[in-house]
Amino acid sequence: MHIVVCIKQVPKTLDVRVDPVTHNLIREGIESTINMFDENALEEAFLLREKFGGKVSVISMGPPQVREALRKALAMGADEAYLLCDPSLGGADVLATAYTLAQGIKKLQPVDLILCGRHAVDADTGQVGPELAEQLGWQQVTMVKRLECDGSKITAWRECEEGTAVWELPFPAVVTVGKEINKPRYPTPIGIIRSGKKQITTWCADDLDADEDKIGLAGSPTRVIRMFSPERTSHVEMLTGENEEVARQLVAKLREHKIQL
Amino acid sequence: MDFRLSEDLQLWRETVHEFTDNEVAPYDEAMDRANDLPWDIIHKMSDAGMFGIPYPEEYGGSDMGSLAGAITIEELARGSASIALTLDAHWLATDPIHLFGTDEQKKKYLPDLVSGKKIGAFALTEPGAGSDAAGIISTAVRDGDHWILNGTKAWITNGGAAEVYVIAVKTDKTKGARGISTFIVEKGTPGFSIGKKEDKMGCRGSVTTELILDNCRIPESNLLGKEGEGFKIAMVALDFGRTCIGAMGVGTARSAMEKAAAYANQRHAFGAPIARLQAIQFKIADMAMGIEAARFMVYHAAWKRDQGQRYSHEAAMAKVFGSEVAMKACREGIQIFGGNGYSRDYPLERYLRDAKLLEIGEGASEVLRMVVGMNMLKEFA
Repeated sequence: MHIVVCIKQVPKTLDVRVDPVTHNLIREGIESTINMFDENALEEAFLLREKFGGKVSVISMGPPQVREALRKALAMGADEAYLLCDPSLGGADVLATAYTLAQGIKKLQPVDLILCGRHAVDADTGQVGPELAEQLGWQQVTMVKRLECDGSKITAWRECEEGTAVWELPFPAVVTVGKEINKPRYPTPIGIIRSGKKQITTWCADDLDADEDKIGLAGSPTRVIRMFSPERTSHVEMLTGENEEVARQLVAKLREHKIQL
Repeated sequence: MDFRLSEDLQLWRETVHEFTDNEVAPYDEAMDRANDLPWDIIHKMSDAGMFGIPYPEEYGGSDMGSLAGAITIEELARGSASIALTLDAHWLATDPIHLFGTDEQKKKYLPDLVSGKKIGAFALTEPGAGSDAAGIISTAVRDGDHWILNGTKAWITNGGAAEVYVIAVKTDKTKGARGISTFIVEKGTPGFSIGKKEDKMGCRGSVTTELILDNCRIPESNLLGKEGEGFKIAMVALDFGRTCIGAMGVGTARSAMEKAAAYANQRHAFGAPIARLQAIQFKIADMAMGIEAARFMVYHAAWKRDQGQRYSHEAAMAKVFGSEVAMKACREGIQIFGGNGYSRDYPLERYLRDAKLLEIGEGASEVLRMVVGMNMLKEFA
């Protein structure tokens, strides 16, 4: 089984500042890590490899420093790593990102399964996984909290608001996973040493045979117009009266604000 | 001169850092209160390959070196001095077997120690001999192809938890340091028992006990190194141990500074965060400078060992300096926390209790200052 895991390098802290002019996250001087849910995707890929054999390839699009994230994925146990890196890929929105990843993954065929995190914790869109499936014309399930494969089909337990939906789908497919699915392993010392000897293959836009109108800023139909921190206000209201009456008022207030009891 | 860590070491440091944040630090308060070793954390450390960092792959280690070992201890100590101490004491036993063991001894004991399947402990100190290590009175007397061990060992970290003990005793009472030999003693050997468990001031998540040898028969094949070589073996083991204690000092001081700085940023007095006060800034600056200096000393000692150079002098300096930096950072950290620092609701008082051990164990500051001072005086004699 050949599993491709898509990862994104994100800032380690969520306490990031937004550039007031470009509306992008200010990444300079901020330590980075692999997006939390993508580590779950990696772990799930390793578990499937332990069961069915095959290999796990990890792929990411981004600037050269994404090498660090790919290196960690290799240390955790990935077999191969690919970085899609080119100035012309910069400024990509989710559509252009999904297109670019799809172009990269096409070069890795045959691929049986693509695993992604349910969303990236920095931008929170959760779009790249689903759009990647559309680009490739594959079946998909998102927000999966349990995954089973029997070699011919995939069974996925999907987190829904009111419960769990169980889906069956054929290979090849795209599955995005949440943190409930597993506990990602730590890189082992031996894994770290071995990963240092592995190559990280870098592909530029030309290597991807990409349509230049579909990549980077040019291929991005959406623009971030404004980004701001939500205003935080606090409102204090004193409830008075007998204990029972105060309790009743409190419950009513909580219900009014849709706070589950 | 290159101050950057290799990519491997950076990645390993991040791994231990993350491991410590998730698996160790959240439980430090509980283990302090429970006064017991949390085995589940030890098992996780074993799974993560931490026990085998400085040892060769042929015994199941990763051969990442002593610097990687010191970094492991430093990062673990940032979350729990008790856990870091447990690993340090384990290496105190593993190291002499690795360096002085016969092939048979290495094959028999190292794989389980290097994987962390079994814990090790090192026993030199006795109720009547701590800093005066050559003054131990426990004995081993030859009996055919066996040795009969008698005596009491005190302040043994990992006592009871360990399966493999490296124990130093006198094989020739007429001699001082040269009359000492070391033996590998397995838990469960008849005549060998675990004595009183200490109710310590700090590092309460690590276990410290007495060991009792009562006509304990040990085969000749468990003599570690040559007869009379025990003191040298102990000193070599302590060189790495002292480097690790220095690293524990760095980790503990970092933790104290991180907590104190965060508190100073959010605690208001006189209409502003106390971080705006110069008195607080100076304290944080002193902590930061101490940490930086201690870390360089620890890394230098570990690096010298990795280069195969003598490093007893550097290890002694790193140990004294690192432990004192930790004590000072904890003391001043408590001062920044004010009344809250004196409460068990905040971690600083625990860090202080943990840090105090570092100035005493594996060579008290005073004894190591004598060593460092004499080395310098000899050089300029």
